[in-house]
Amino acid sequence: MCGIIGFIDRTKSRMDGSSIKAALSLMNERGSGDGAGYAAYGIYPEYADYYALHVFFDNLAEPKKKVDELLQQWGEIVHQEEIPTIPQPGIRKVHIPWRYFFKPSEDLMVGRMASEKDVITYIVMQVNANVNGATIFSSGKNMGVFKASGWPEDVANFYGIENYKGYIWLAHNRYPTNSPGWWGGAHPFNLLNWSVVHNGEITSYGTNQRYVEGYGYKCTLFTDTEVVAYLFDLLGRQHELSHEMVVRALAPPFWDDIDRMPAKESELNKAIRLTYGSALMNGPFAIVVGTEDGIVGFTDRIKLRPLVVGENGSKLYISSEEAAIRGLDPEVKNVYTPRAGEPIIGRFIE
Amino acid sequence: MTLGSVPPKFKVGIDRDQCMDCGRCIENCSYEVYRREGDKILIESRKCTACLRCVAMCPRDAITITEKPVDYRSHPVWTREIREDIINQARSGKIILSGMGNARDLPIIYDRLLLDACQVTNPSIDPLREPMELRTYIGKKPSKLKFRKTESGDVELETKLAPNLKLDTPIMIGHMSFGAISLNSHLSMAKAVKETGTYMGTGEGGLHKALYPYQDRLIVQVASGRFGVNIDYLERGAAIEIKIGQGAKPGIGGHLPGEKVNEEVSKTRMIPLGSDAISPAPHHDIYSIEDLVQLIRSLKEATEWKKPVFVKIAAVHNVAPIAAGIARSSADAVVIDGFRGGTGAAPKVFRDHVGIPIEVAIASVDQKLREQGVRNEISVIASGGIRSSADLAKSIALGADAVYIGTAALVSLGCRVCGNCYRNLCPWGIATQQPELMNRIDPEMGAVQVANLIKGWTLELSELMGAAGINSIESLRGNRDRLRGYMLDEGMLKILDVLPAGA
Repeated sequence: MCGIIGFIDRTKSRMDGSSIKAALSLMNERGSGDGAGYAAYGIYPEYADYYALHVFFDNLAEPKKKVDELLQQWGEIVHQEEIPTIPQPGIRKVHIPWRYFFKPSEDLMVGRMASEKDVITYIVMQVNANVNGATIFSSGKNMGVFKASGWPEDVANFYGIENYKGYIWLAHNRYPTNSPGWWGGAHPFNLLNWSVVHNGEITSYGTNQRYVEGYGYKCTLFTDTEVVAYLFDLLGRQHELSHEMVVRALAPPFWDDIDRMPAKESELNKAIRLTYGSALMNGPFAIVVGTEDGIVGFTDRIKLRPLVVGENGSKLYISSEEAAIRGLDPEVKNVYTPRAGEPIIGRFIE
Repeated sequence: MTLGSVPPKFKVGIDRDQCMDCGRCIENCSYEVYRREGDKILIESRKCTACLRCVAMCPRDAITITEKPVDYRSHPVWTREIREDIINQARSGKIILSGMGNARDLPIIYDRLLLDACQVTNPSIDPLREPMELRTYIGKKPSKLKFRKTESGDVELETKLAPNLKLDTPIMIGHMSFGAISLNSHLSMAKAVKETGTYMGTGEGGLHKALYPYQDRLIVQVASGRFGVNIDYLERGAAIEIKIGQGAKPGIGGHLPGEKVNEEVSKTRMIPLGSDAISPAPHHDIYSIEDLVQLIRSLKEATEWKKPVFVKIAAVHNVAPIAAGIARSSADAVVIDGFRGGTGAAPKVFRDHVGIPIEVAIASVDQKLREQGVRNEISVIASGGIRSSADLAKSIALGADAVYIGTAALVSLGCRVCGNCYRNLCPWGIATQQPELMNRIDPEMGAVQVANLIKGWTLELSELMGAAGINSIESLRGNRDRLRGYMLDEGMLKILDVLPAGA
């Protein structure tokens, strides 16, 4: 099951988290109270040039010492603090959520780590694979993920989600089967500015995992959604494909359709399938991805999971259920269900 | 004759009450087990190979064949086979020849791998009602794509694709040469691959004129003997395969006994009538990887870079780095032939003892190619002991792009795996050049049988994928997450990168 929401205001006008919380709670039937989470973009304008690293620490002794050391080795921490939380009866605080605002040092960017993003990716993979008791679950700029085990309202209240104002919101109500109870297993999954909320199960996970691991990504979070964030980073950032092309690679047209396309289009789609066959995602899914310049929603090639879209002026809504969209915006216009594999893209207006 | 004879391998009997004395057994047995004396059919069991031709042709089910009618004193070390080999060699002083694939009773890894299916959390997909894509492209693929925007704002592909073979199903028929097998067998298989949208290898025996109508479905082979190779041959094939080695006999060349070299074979191979065709162990122009690279480039130049070039190697201990070396050349596919691969004739000691299983070879090659970031540079074709659609599905899940079948295709033509392929007496008309035997195969009917096998496996593969919630073959490829090992040891699971059942 699982319920998902994606929201963007294309003029970058920011909205606080209260209505997202309410809308997500409307889909409680799709969850089991074992996990919920929110991603918000535009929430740290005062630190917009720094990477906001959100970390779950099991304790602030040994794991934190190791993360501090690693970060100091690779750059400068301009600010750090415990992420403010408010105790909730429905949530057992098993981790300490912490945030760093961090800038990698330019002196160290050579070879395979030629950019800030390469360094951040490396640090995330290092910590998540090798530091016991620490998980970096959010690592973008001017954005952050807030997630835990519990019902959507409880998680939102725990983090005081209404105190954050963002122009992109992703939200997820979880019915876990892979890793219940583990905070790291809740959605959204994030790497750099890619965040993913996902309803479904990826039957091609083994193939996708082998593919991204060949490029240095490490799947450490015990759930299939993680690999989607890495696929977007690999294809979207490293291979510089447009969002449309990334979706085309992950949920490509069927060969029968490709055969019927005009020659050039057919050749292009064939090239995508040949080149990115290992990135193709199979099995039932509906996904919304948050990115630096907007949001992308899409489903699997035969639409085995629901996805609904609504628009209102500069606002675009994507969700598992129309009820959630109407809860967010009773005035919403143009509500429709996209076709299987069709990308729904919301970009900022320049 | 101080050694005397060894006991017969089989005992043949005729139920005289059932027998109608039609004589079909006499006509059909090319090993001359049966003969008529007066009004009686006499039996010489010692000559029997258990090819079962007589049984299949007997209209009354009157024939029985029993294996090992005489027991040796049982012994765990000095087995019957070991003792008989020694006796034979004491007599001949020669290498023992054998046919078909590895006949030792070693555990089969495929049988200890289990496939997955969906329940509840993800729906299985019904191939009768939903699209199911098995289309496979064999050849080099770019590791990433580049696009450009045209002036009108359209997105155009900048990357050029290398030529690839398009397969409608990931099952191809491997290289069995004309010479080792009959023309009618070749024709049957060529018609079948054309019908099922896949490809077949010619083997190293050149290309008979009768196969020209199917040439766009044929992969022509260049082996160390260079039999039948000229520019015309190269240009006719859909792809070219350089054979370095063969799973049944890694490290040595092909061997076609002179008995099988009749006029047609001699013309097609371009060798003298009746001469043994013994391919050299190495290619005498390939003594290192850079020499192989040169040969690949030469073949590509000769055919104007229009055809994919494959390199076939036997699965030996170091197969993964060798494959990685091949991936760095301009080769488009690497064929790995496991130690159960079949052959028309091989020294028994090689067939049974040299090389490694195809399952581990696929796993380690795929892993190595990925580690080195060259997996997209080359397709991986697995062969050697693939017996069923389950083996096929497991091969792909371990990381192969497609498989070659050999023995399975021959069994669909009638072969009963008796293993006497090198004697030119094949009563099923497969491994023989004798016209009266070869004509036992009608290529039209043979083609239907081979095509039926490919279709049957293709349907089963679709069902297996659908049950696993996968609707395109690329999502099965390398998806070891959907395999579990059953009764495999920890070391083997690690090499295969597969979890044990229950995990």
